[in-house]
Amino acid sequence: MHLSVILRVTGILLTLFSLALLVPVIVAWIYAEATIPTFAMAFGVTLVAGLLLWLPMRSDRELRARDGFLITALFYVSLGLFGAIPIYLAESTSLSFTDAAFESLSGLTTTGATVITGLDELPKSILFYRQLLQWFGGMGIIVLAVAILPMLGIGGMQLYRAESPGPVKDTKLTPRITETAKALWYLYLGITVMCATSYWAAGMSVFDAICHSFSTVAIGGFSTHDASIGHFANPGIEAVAIVFMIFSGINFGLHFVAWNRKNPVYYLQDMEVRLYVFVLIGVSAIVSGILAQHPDTIDTPLRDGIFQAVSIATTTGFTTSNFSLWPSVAPVLLLFAAFAGGCAGSTAGGIKMVRVLLIYLQGLREIRRLIHPNGVFSVKLGKQKVPDRVVEAVWSFFSAYVIIFVTMVCLVMALSDLDFTTAFSAVGACLSNLGPGLGEVALNYQALPDAVKWLLMFAMLLGRLEIFTVLVLLTPAFWRR
Amino acid sequence: MKILILGGGQVGETLAEHLASEAFDVTLVDRDEERLAELRDRLDIQTIAGWASHPDVLRRAGIEDADMLIAVTGSDEVNMIACQVSHTHFHTPRKIARVRAAAYLDREDLFDKDHVPIDVLINPEQVVTEQIRRLLEHPGALQVLDFAEGRVQLVAVRAHAGSPLVGQELRYVRKQLPNVSTRVAAIFRRGSPILPTGGTTIEADDEVFFIAAAEHINAVMGEITRVERAFKRIMIVGGGHIGERLASAIEPYFSVKLIERNRSRCEHLAESLHNTVVLQGDATDQDLLLEENIEQVDAFCAVTNDDEVNIMSSLMAKRLGVRQVMTLIGKPAYVDLVQGGDIDIAISPQHTTTSEVLKYVRRADVARAHSLRRGAAEAIEAIAHGDAKNSKVVGKYVKEIDLPPGTTIGAIVRGNEVLVTYSDVVVQSEDHVILFLTDKKYIPQVERLFQVGLSFF
Repeated sequence: MHLSVILRVTGILLTLFSLALLVPVIVAWIYAEATIPTFAMAFGVTLVAGLLLWLPMRSDRELRARDGFLITALFYVSLGLFGAIPIYLAESTSLSFTDAAFESLSGLTTTGATVITGLDELPKSILFYRQLLQWFGGMGIIVLAVAILPMLGIGGMQLYRAESPGPVKDTKLTPRITETAKALWYLYLGITVMCATSYWAAGMSVFDAICHSFSTVAIGGFSTHDASIGHFANPGIEAVAIVFMIFSGINFGLHFVAWNRKNPVYYLQDMEVRLYVFVLIGVSAIVSGILAQHPDTIDTPLRDGIFQAVSIATTTGFTTSNFSLWPSVAPVLLLFAAFAGGCAGSTAGGIKMVRVLLIYLQGLREIRRLIHPNGVFSVKLGKQKVPDRVVEAVWSFFSAYVIIFVTMVCLVMALSDLDFTTAFSAVGACLSNLGPGLGEVALNYQALPDAVKWLLMFAMLLGRLEIFTVLVLLTPAFWRR
Repeated sequence: MKILILGGGQVGETLAEHLASEAFDVTLVDRDEERLAELRDRLDIQTIAGWASHPDVLRRAGIEDADMLIAVTGSDEVNMIACQVSHTHFHTPRKIARVRAAAYLDREDLFDKDHVPIDVLINPEQVVTEQIRRLLEHPGALQVLDFAEGRVQLVAVRAHAGSPLVGQELRYVRKQLPNVSTRVAAIFRRGSPILPTGGTTIEADDEVFFIAAAEHINAVMGEITRVERAFKRIMIVGGGHIGERLASAIEPYFSVKLIERNRSRCEHLAESLHNTVVLQGDATDQDLLLEENIEQVDAFCAVTNDDEVNIMSSLMAKRLGVRQVMTLIGKPAYVDLVQGGDIDIAISPQHTTTSEVLKYVRRADVARAHSLRRGAAEAIEAIAHGDAKNSKVVGKYVKEIDLPPGTTIGAIVRGNEVLVTYSDVVVQSEDHVILFLTDKKYIPQVERLFQVGLSFF
């Protein structure tokens, strides 16, 4: 554990991130807004802080795999804090630092929970900046999920490790991490451009199209309007959003392989994608069915049902109507679908489909073991055996997820006088990086006490970093030399 | 003909015994001096001790004037190299080798003249698996043998009192089954053969061999033996090469359970098999069998490499209510012991391998030869060549052919057509003639029948 190297890397990252703060300056200049000094100031502070960490530290040794835990956590915390600066400084928002940090971290973790109301009146540069945070967050997650978490072996993700035979046998993208990251960048950029073009073609303004493509591909859910996608009231735009949300919720490693070989069969062969699509179709059908049973709730049950099911189940969090007011089991079902989330290695949050699948298969194995006490069974994804170590890790992940969830719900209720539905859904929506919850947090998180907001920020970070990356930092053994 | 056999294991031994009894000159090479002494005492063969693939050892064994090399040592690699050596240095005309590893067998171009020069690959495990699979497809059959790429089959069944054809004369078969052409090739009554004629009566407990096109087999069986329900639940004991192969071949069609003793082997099986329930344990453990509902099992296949385990577990399974047990038995002496007892079908791996090799030592053009009843009888698929002038079979009615005693012609396969022979069929050139011999000593006469005359006189 050489703190100096780790700080140095964090410094480099902050320095690079400061450059990103110059992009909203361009937007502000185009729309002649008064926010240029705000971003310039944030740029200066971040740049100086980054250089101060970077330059004095000596890089006397290489990074090790174990340093990955601290570095990934530090990345998100430091970017979250420094990313809050422009939001905090902007006069038009007039937010406390807690709120600014909440907004910033919610963006970076692609959660999409917001504390700001009156989005439509905000300067375009600020709106653009929020979307940009999500886009960067999404990119970070993909590299994290495809390249770094498998290396660390968090929660069974060693399944996707390049050298181990994964569900898709040759998910080995490129031999080197930097090359892999670069390849994923291009892919991510390509999908974003396609998404933006489609939005624009469907009728959005250029500004809205770019902004929404950022939050769609990142499965974030930030919008430039209070009414989210519902603002446009355009079925074409909703269809584009549905397609790209589904697409972004699929493992980017798989995208890479399928596109590289120009063969869509890879998608069909992947057990996780199959379950993912199956769940999306199932939830859409049930929710639409419920809406159709209650004609007084909504005029277009199928359209809203499918959109909301895809948006929530992929953990994006775009809305076309306030689904928390929907009848029967619909709101709760949507929230539970978000717990399952998208595919591992995508920008989606939640427990991830592959884990749900493995938990199910392990359960099935337990039942078969009871029927055949002497039987020997292996958990298989497709025809490939999953090592028992992975199954164990997945179960531990799931247990940790549940325990943390329950603890946090209790803490939130202890720290505030929120009702159970609000507390439960707020923690759930943040831990699964969904965004909108039920009850008081259905639209935004403005009204919550500061302590609860900090707790929820921690939940977002835990959810994004797959829990164990953060938990391992809290053990004394990690810091012992 | 001089034949060199490499490897004195069970397969080598059975082959040597079989071939020596047919007056071939057999030399057997093995590393184990004691084993060779034992074989030399029992069989009329020459033995050489040494490493089977070494050129000097092969030379001492007389490879230079051998007509055929049969490499059946335990190692694929030794077998392959021995064939390579004899090809390169000694130009042995015909090389047969046992190669078991699927990794080699997947690459067919590996075994041609320019690479690894093996003329015939034999794989006993695969042959045994095929045999068991055929038996599972025909419940009640004691033996099912393929001819003409599976279009014609020779089936042995035990006649069961009360079946329509039992107690009837054979000429009645045609009346009973007007649309099916079948022929009873032989009947064994209390172990001794009866040459069937139209007036022969099928009695209960006779072992009846009949030939028919593959699609008619079940119809004929229904007339001779009790109609068996199709098998559904299969239990396999032993997850070795044969067990694994068998399970993966039948798991799409049957519900299969497999018992294997070794824990890590079980893990491997659980991974490679997809619908089979792999159980870890001892197949002679009655509690394990009861726990897995042994009484519901239709067919029990014991295929471990341990004869005693196979026999004991089969006996136990039969006692516990399994419909049919099939047992892999390596030691010929054991086959006699268990025959006619609780074990329904004894399968001898050496025996099946012998059949594979047999067709290559026959002097006529033989497409297939099956050794039956532990080598006492034989079924041959011979190809007729030549014309009426130089052949003893072509251009003749079946009834005119001068067959040696105890021999019947079961069927003729002409192109895609299957002719179950009645005496008014004329044999043509290139016909595949399927013959059944109840006594092996007449094989040379049958061979002579199918040789083209002029070139030999």
